[in-house]
Amino acid sequence: MTRYTSATDADRAEMLAAIGVDSVDDLFEQIPEPLRLGRPLALPDGMSEAEVYERLAALAARNEDAESQVCFVGAGMYDHYVPAIVDAITQRSEFLTPYTPYQPEISQGGLQVMFEFQTAMSELTGLPVSNAGLYEGPSSVASAGYLAMAATKRKRFVVSRGLHPHSRETLETYAVGYGAEVVEVDLCDGETDAAALTAAVDGETAAVFLQSPNFLGAVEQVEALGAAAKEHGALLIVATDPMTLGVLKPPGECGADIALGEGQPLGNRLDFGGPSFGFFCATEEQIRRMPGRIAGETDDVDGRRGFVLALQTREQHIRREKATHNICTAQALNALGAMVHLAWLGREGFRELGELLVRRTAYARERLAAVEGVQLLHTAPVAREFAVRLDVPVERVLERCAERGIAAGYPLGREYPEYEDGLLVAITERRTKVQIDEMADALGAAIVAERGALFPDGGEENATAQEVR
Amino acid sequence: MALTETPMQAEHARTIYEKSKPGRRAAVLPDIEVPETPLAELIPAELLRAEPPRLPEIAEPEIVRHYNKLSRRNFDLDSGFYPLGSCTMKHNPRLNERVAALPGHARLHPAQDPKRAQGALELMSLLQESLGEICGLPHVSLQPSAGSHGELAGLLLTRAFHADRGEERTKVLAPDTSHGTNPASVTMAGYEVVKVATNERGGVEMDDLRAKIDADPDQVACLMLTNPNTLGLFDENIAEIAELIHAAGGTLYYDGANLNAVMGHSRPGDMGFDIVHVNLHKSFSQPHGGGGPGAGPIAVSERIEPFLPRPQVVRRENNGHGPSFDLDHERPKSIGRLRGFQGNFGVFVRSYAYILSLGGDGLAEASETAVLNANYLKACLAEGLAGERLPVAFERHCMHEFVLSGKPMKRELGLATLDLAKRLLDFGFHPPTVYFPLLVEEALMIEPTETETKESLDGFAAAIEQILAEAESDPERAKQAPYTTPVRRLDEVKATRRPVVRQEIS
Repeated sequence: MTRYTSATDADRAEMLAAIGVDSVDDLFEQIPEPLRLGRPLALPDGMSEAEVYERLAALAARNEDAESQVCFVGAGMYDHYVPAIVDAITQRSEFLTPYTPYQPEISQGGLQVMFEFQTAMSELTGLPVSNAGLYEGPSSVASAGYLAMAATKRKRFVVSRGLHPHSRETLETYAVGYGAEVVEVDLCDGETDAAALTAAVDGETAAVFLQSPNFLGAVEQVEALGAAAKEHGALLIVATDPMTLGVLKPPGECGADIALGEGQPLGNRLDFGGPSFGFFCATEEQIRRMPGRIAGETDDVDGRRGFVLALQTREQHIRREKATHNICTAQALNALGAMVHLAWLGREGFRELGELLVRRTAYARERLAAVEGVQLLHTAPVAREFAVRLDVPVERVLERCAERGIAAGYPLGREYPEYEDGLLVAITERRTKVQIDEMADALGAAIVAERGALFPDGGEENATAQEVR
Repeated sequence: MALTETPMQAEHARTIYEKSKPGRRAAVLPDIEVPETPLAELIPAELLRAEPPRLPEIAEPEIVRHYNKLSRRNFDLDSGFYPLGSCTMKHNPRLNERVAALPGHARLHPAQDPKRAQGALELMSLLQESLGEICGLPHVSLQPSAGSHGELAGLLLTRAFHADRGEERTKVLAPDTSHGTNPASVTMAGYEVVKVATNERGGVEMDDLRAKIDADPDQVACLMLTNPNTLGLFDENIAEIAELIHAAGGTLYYDGANLNAVMGHSRPGDMGFDIVHVNLHKSFSQPHGGGGPGAGPIAVSERIEPFLPRPQVVRRENNGHGPSFDLDHERPKSIGRLRGFQGNFGVFVRSYAYILSLGGDGLAEASETAVLNANYLKACLAEGLAGERLPVAFERHCMHEFVLSGKPMKRELGLATLDLAKRLLDFGFHPPTVYFPLLVEEALMIEPTETETKESLDGFAAAIEQILAEAESDPERAKQAPYTTPVRRLDEVKATRRPVVRQEIS
């Protein structure tokens, strides 16, 4: 018997008698004999709770996490401080263990949370309609593509290369299925090449996809870039980092039809990439094409205020093949974490946090630019992340910094061959001035050491790192 | 029924924005520590926001009270029986929450160098192996975020598999009993759905299947099937079904929503399926969270493996130095990414802890007890008034769930399945899934899971009996139910006609 079941031998005997069979095996006889496994699963025997804990703690100990390293890695997920009340509230049984609120009379808590969350995301993005959350960032981008095709009856996407590489790749994956073409527009000095974008957009374009701040950290001129989309009747879809929206002009005020993104910075831990949530906001015009759950306000038979899942006729459980999306289970608990975090920060705290990020990022950028062997990859304005170039191999420098307990950033060469020498550095409120200074010193020392390793005699000064490798 | 308002009902719902007052706050942030340059000198003013978003202004004690009060307006699995069919509402062990929260998991950055995330990658590799063994299909990708995401992945894999052979097929077959996500995924993946009828035993109607295939065998891309299906019945013809689909050149897709019935007893791979998705938030105890998170890993056969999403976790043997783990991005035939990073890792930790806790024999026992519980509850509900008013849709042993029809109840008492469901709320039960599968009129789909006691099942059967008895003399009582819930029946039409989807803030 496992610890999670309760049937005693006496229970079983009574239950089998009520069913009218001699053994549980009789119930499995509907499975044709050749298809029955007929042997135990080749898995280890069950363990006690203490043993499972030790086993998993031992695995966890083999990871270098943001508690054991000072983490300057971002690239879409950030080491923010998640306040204690987020854990306390999201771990409550009443939020942790129910299913999707199909019975609204006994799900008012969850539904009201969705309504509050939608309000918060609508405020952040400056768009009137928000859903209750999608899986995560990149797949939300792909879902926006599907919406844009339905809205415009066109099948061509123009995508800035500043959009997160994972988002671009996910959009491509989905586009093969629903039959759309993806055209990429290059970056120029860290920002989307405006002339190239304008040239790429035409009357066949369903949507223009931008990200601001983009993957290199640059705050884009969304309004100006979006003009081409407006001119040709394409949707303007803007991915954004929610933690910057206390200070940056919201996408809704820059002409975006859809604003979306990875929600992890709000109340969600890193978790090696998930679970987190995607947010998805849009203009009123798109409400009936939106993917995901949407909570709406209504009244009960006695006139009490209440909340329900609204516009369910968009959804798969009602509309099947005609649904606007296939999503069922999404990320309600993660959206709750975000809502609690946002309430805790509050109106002033959220703005102050945004300002703190901008100022510490500016400091870190300046500090690193002054390090011998480091150059800014671009000089566009940044909010919480920036890119530099190193004159020695990035991966080797990262290795040396890691040995000093610092995760110094994200190597751009993984996804941008044109920035083989690029390093992306992210700041959160957890990265103190002291840590930034230490990181700059460690980076400087690593570059010096790497140069020494490359050119032990101190000569060869004209050789680049590329040639040596 | 006395219509006295309960204290919770009397409390008017107010959102957190309506409790906000300028000047209140919870968070105290760290000092800025660096020069406080005016923002407009760092970022051009036209890219800055004029006013901060109108988030609530409220101190921490009141935030806690607000959400604690809201939580009490939810019913949850930890409070009572939740026999929602096809959702597998089994116990969520708290051990799993504890291990998922270890900093080595919770604060691990997804872009960490694989050399410095060996524990996480090993865990993923172990979970892949375990799911591969349970499904009888050797190759596993953990990337999909939920069941429907796994379905989309499976269909994109099917498309890539055919394209690799120079084929382009247009049709995906699915029984009329399939989950709504199946046809919705088919459309998103750019295919056309072809519905297959159900026979008198609740399985696929073989003549109809043959006819649908023969109509255009070259266009059949895939058949999506749940086995046991949404009626809780195992399709005995599965081997022949697999043969027919494979002969036509299609793939066979297994919707793993009902895997909880067969763990350690029968494996989709052995039944002939090419692609399986597993709902970790169903069979493998990840809490449902009021609508997520979950995860929908896929297991596939040899011929589908080259197309799996990237990156893929791989285990490498190092000549006696023990294995090492890495992320393989170099997969030339891959369909590509389905999402960012590596998937819902926190869910993987919980589900792997669950698999370790139960072990192979424990998983088999869990399925056995799930099937026992379902058949016992079905037997209880075949007695008395329920037996008359709520007959089982297909008279045979079920697997982990079963479907009743409220058609006689509606005809004879004027009570719809919805009324019965709403009246159950007053008895402290979450109702079964209602009006699904579509094939059964006034359907009630009941899945008790293995973690319920005999006493819970008896209590539920007694409540159904009591509601039906009450309806014999006073059907209005159920038609007006519920009475005791935080709110009573809600106007869903209004919420859709004139949607109000956010709080107005003055």
